[in-house]
Amino acid sequence: MAPTVALAGNPNSGKTTLFNELTGSRQHVGNYPGVTVEKKEGTYVRNDDGFRLHIVDLPGTYSLTAYSLEEVVTRDFLVNQKPEVVINIVDASNLERNLYLAIQFLEMGVPICIALNMIDVAKKRGIKVDAQKLSSLLGVPVTPTVARLGKGKKELMDSASQIAREQRLLTPLKISYGADIDPVLSEMENEIAERRFLTDTYQARWIALKYLESDEQIISKGQKADPDFSNRLKEMGRKVSHHLLNTLDTYPEAMIADQRYGYIKSILKQGVIHHKYDRNRLYSSDRIDKVLTNRFVGPIIMLAVIAGLYHFTFTYSELPVGWLESFFGWLGSTLSGVLPEGMLKSLIVSGIIDGVGGVLGFVPLIMFMFFGIAILEDSGYLARVAFMLDRVFRMFGLHGSSVMAFIVSGGIAGGCAVPGVMATRTLKSPRERLATLLTVPFMNCGAKLPVFALLIATFFAKYEAAIMFLITLGAWAGALLVAKLLRVTVIKGEATPFVMELPPYRMPTFKGLAIHTWERTWQYIKKAGTVILGLSIVLWAMMTFPGLPDKKIQEFETLRQAEISRVPVAIADELEAAQKGAELSSPARNLKKRLQYIDAAEAGAGLRYSIAGRIGGALEGISKWAGFDWRTNIALVGGFAAKEVVVSTLGTAYSLGEVDPEETGSLSETLARDPGWSPLLAVVLIVFTMFYSPCFVSVICISRESGSWKWGVFAMAFNTVLAFILAVIIFQIGSALGLLVK
Amino acid sequence: MRINLRKMHDNQAGIISSVKVAGELGRRIRDMGLVPGTEIKIQGRAPLYDPVALRVMGATLTLRNNEADYIEVEVE
Repeated sequence: MAPTVALAGNPNSGKTTLFNELTGSRQHVGNYPGVTVEKKEGTYVRNDDGFRLHIVDLPGTYSLTAYSLEEVVTRDFLVNQKPEVVINIVDASNLERNLYLAIQFLEMGVPICIALNMIDVAKKRGIKVDAQKLSSLLGVPVTPTVARLGKGKKELMDSASQIAREQRLLTPLKISYGADIDPVLSEMENEIAERRFLTDTYQARWIALKYLESDEQIISKGQKADPDFSNRLKEMGRKVSHHLLNTLDTYPEAMIADQRYGYIKSILKQGVIHHKYDRNRLYSSDRIDKVLTNRFVGPIIMLAVIAGLYHFTFTYSELPVGWLESFFGWLGSTLSGVLPEGMLKSLIVSGIIDGVGGVLGFVPLIMFMFFGIAILEDSGYLARVAFMLDRVFRMFGLHGSSVMAFIVSGGIAGGCAVPGVMATRTLKSPRERLATLLTVPFMNCGAKLPVFALLIATFFAKYEAAIMFLITLGAWAGALLVAKLLRVTVIKGEATPFVMELPPYRMPTFKGLAIHTWERTWQYIKKAGTVILGLSIVLWAMMTFPGLPDKKIQEFETLRQAEISRVPVAIADELEAAQKGAELSSPARNLKKRLQYIDAAEAGAGLRYSIAGRIGGALEGISKWAGFDWRTNIALVGGFAAKEVVVSTLGTAYSLGEVDPEETGSLSETLARDPGWSPLLAVVLIVFTMFYSPCFVSVICISRESGSWKWGVFAMAFNTVLAFILAVIIFQIGSALGLLVK
Repeated sequence: MRINLRKMHDNQAGIISSVKVAGELGRRIRDMGLVPGTEIKIQGRAPLYDPVALRVMGATLTLRNNEADYIEVEVE
């Protein structure tokens, strides 16, 4: 098997660029077992001799503590998979901070070689790094590289291959952590070695160090292996901690970090680095920031950029979405023509093709959205958006980066929650991310708009714009308040620290953007596709079975025959023989219309008789509190497939036949005439549609992104209950006060 | 003079004298290079005056005001 090379480094050090440069298209993305952190793997093939290396791109981290998922994943990978060599990518223009991670690898005794990346940027900034000197001081190979241009790639891989071939064992680096810590550390190290406490997996000194740093993961492993001894180590740690707090007013973990930085400084001072200019002088990136994060201009530019992204995603994807829709429409009607009438045809056309078409219909949208977000992310602008908006979103227990997900989901009416939920991947704080992905479905996605349009046109035609605006505000208010509610109840917990880096602005590479976009789109197609296909068949079956009893079908058939026998035979023959779209005589047109009425009535009766219809009927007992009858109930059940289905299902339930969501004139008239409907009920249904269960594509994405079906189920149940409570309150108060009656 | 990081004004420079917080926040702050002895300079603040952006060892870092409260800085 090819030796494994792991790539590690700080975020923004050019790690992913190097990975793409090394593996090209020979890469694939998966997840680390049990967590949602992405695992990228690929193969590097050396040109001259075809020598192969298995490359794993570890998540970007600043440190090797156990606080973030990314750090735990990195540590576990190093310990369990024992890669032959780790390439640590460091940003040469930011050496001091980047070496903090390198030192921790050395302390662990991991065989590393260093890629001194972005050496060109450093040079431009007047920073000269002596790679050889650094290499001899650290005792590991150091290769200058420019990952974007592929410079230094060969030399880097040569020294990595050499380490892999030699299978060199590195003695862990020993740093002095000061007079207070060192003696205790040695004592703990000796006892651990003697007892062979966890030493199968870790080095003794490293375990001792982690106990002093109160590392949760190692301590909990220790507690399981040997609770008495683990408690003894903890006690030793507590003593030092107490002493340090009393004498120096500091903590062991702080002391250890200080000493690590001290060690780095002492190395850099030995002629490794020369600064030509003042280190904190401003570069072009900072001058750009003076404008883009300016107190007044910054937010305006941000609004323009967000609106631009939105426009880009939803306008330019319209064309390919249209192509896909017409392709599936064509496929459906062609198969309808070929297949014999019956259940199989209904299953294939209404179940499978509509279901698969529904999944693939989102694909262009997702690609465009990820492409746009990748540009913002890779250029460094997304970090600025988070910086500017954090204050607002933090009030609701969210994070500055949450804004993208909300906008894409329909923060400007007409988005889509599916790419919105997937956009939360740019959020690194677990609790804030979960709260965001559970609340983005409240935004007004494009599929809810036909429902609103129908109800507004029917009952509030005069105030269309004002009501749409109110609906948008309502969605934002609802989402943010629910996020706050979740953050003080089920996703309780401290705000994740905001401490982050504003990376210098960089021109994204097209290769990087393309890989980024494609891998995420493919993941969506692969994983969501299979589940959604199954669920659309289930929904189809619920609205089809059981079919009407024969006696009923016979009754409708008799009605049809009666209509036909009422007109001269010639006219019936004309209708039967007519090609689709052919001009008919006026009596034949009349007959056709009357027959369509009967078909629609039969479809309506069939829907009422199906499982979905029975559920709708059974729910009437509860739903009457919100003013919904069985027809609305079925429509809402159908809306679980996709919100615009509410309109077409209402049409079927009111025996109007299939209603095109774009063309709702007849349904609108029916609702306006129906005594059960009132403007109040329209408001109630609008509110319910806004807040109830996300459509099932969203539910599946929520489950996948949160890593658990639990959250998908939670979203369905919680949102539906919330929507119902709001609906009942509005309906009951409105009815009691006699508001908005006809 | 020793002041709290929150009280520093834009473009003011200083040297960190202490970071008094343990746990996750303390570790994150230190991981980013904010340790005693480090030179910092306030680069600016977000439109709502929070978070704050700092210049540290040639890079730009951001932190919220309530996180900056734990950091004491020696200024001239």
